[in-house]
Amino acid sequence: MLEYVIPFCMAVMGVAATLNVVRLIQGPSMPDRVLALDTFYINALAVIVLFGIWLNTDLFFEAALLIAVMGFVGTVAVAKHLLNGDIID
Amino acid sequence: MIRRWLPHPALSVALAGLWLLLNNTLAPGHVLLGAFLGWGIPLLVGPFVMPVPRVRRPLLLVRFLLRVILDIVVANLHVARLVLGPKGRLSPAFVEVPVRIDDEFVLTALTSIISLTPGTVSASLSEDRRTLLVHALDAPDAEALVAEIRTRYETPLLEIFECSNT
Amino acid sequence: MPLWLEAVICVLLVLGSLFALVGAIGLYRLPDFFTRLHGPTKATTLGVGGVVLGSMLFFSSQGEGGSLHEILVMLFLFITAPVSAHMLAKAALQERLPVIPKTRGKPWD
Repeated sequence: MLEYVIPFCMAVMGVAATLNVVRLIQGPSMPDRVLALDTFYINALAVIVLFGIWLNTDLFFEAALLIAVMGFVGTVAVAKHLLNGDIID
Repeated sequence: MIRRWLPHPALSVALAGLWLLLNNTLAPGHVLLGAFLGWGIPLLVGPFVMPVPRVRRPLLLVRFLLRVILDIVVANLHVARLVLGPKGRLSPAFVEVPVRIDDEFVLTALTSIISLTPGTVSASLSEDRRTLLVHALDAPDAEALVAEIRTRYETPLLEIFECSNT
Repeated sequence: MPLWLEAVICVLLVLGSLFALVGAIGLYRLPDFFTRLHGPTKATTLGVGGVVLGSMLFFSSQGEGGSLHEILVMLFLFITAPVSAHMLAKAALQERLPVIPKTRGKPWD
């Protein structure tokens, strides 16, 4: 069953990622773009986890965790930059 | 004495658990190393750690967490229906919610819970930390939303944590 | 792996990715920034949470002993999603992004 479900899930995530990219290009404002990127990294994380199940390997867990951490830090950094033009205060 | 050598017991336990989860093992060596890290790190960074109020009623905390998780799932079904439904039916609103919590940690918990649950995102906090600006995706009745946040999340949080209630 | 466990994993994965899709659709089609903020913070977080939970069950059933470390990813997402949403909302409030006219109540300056 899993061998059919995982490609289906990956296709769904692909559609989701495409929608994110459309929003990323369309904008219209800066926070919109940051939000699109934020959603995009979370979706990428899900694809990586799915790929890990597909290959039956545990190795991708670290990659998923790192993407989660780095994506969050990136989003917060850009949001702070938008807030006061400065990241460290 | 015990406070001097173990300044943040809860943080120590959390760090040790985190180490074991990261290594995905329960091997004795890792348990020992995790315990060492859980003891050493709070000792080194102690002054920077945000004080967390003591939990007064652990049982209520567990029940509260379960309810929040359930609410998150329900909220998602609700949001999914709104997102997929016709756009004309949305009635978004900015709602000001007065808060009674002073403690930073509990306030953070409350804003996070608001963001994760039914159709609301906390957008801003006033300078004096008395009012929270919440954006609701679909709020036909603002008063009811404020009342729901107060009774459902804020009151239990105030009951669970030992913090001043103003 | 027993059949029922596989079925549970499949349901979790499918539901999770569908929720993530709902979040992306919300991001794509809702009318203004503040309404768009709702999709990713809730639906996507829960969706990825579901996928990660499925992965946890899968790896627990594979090797000897449980595999709980996926919980970390889930926990981290659930803690950070509201924070980044809050920061972005604050940035948007400061930039005075337009809201749809139907919105009741006023954003602060």
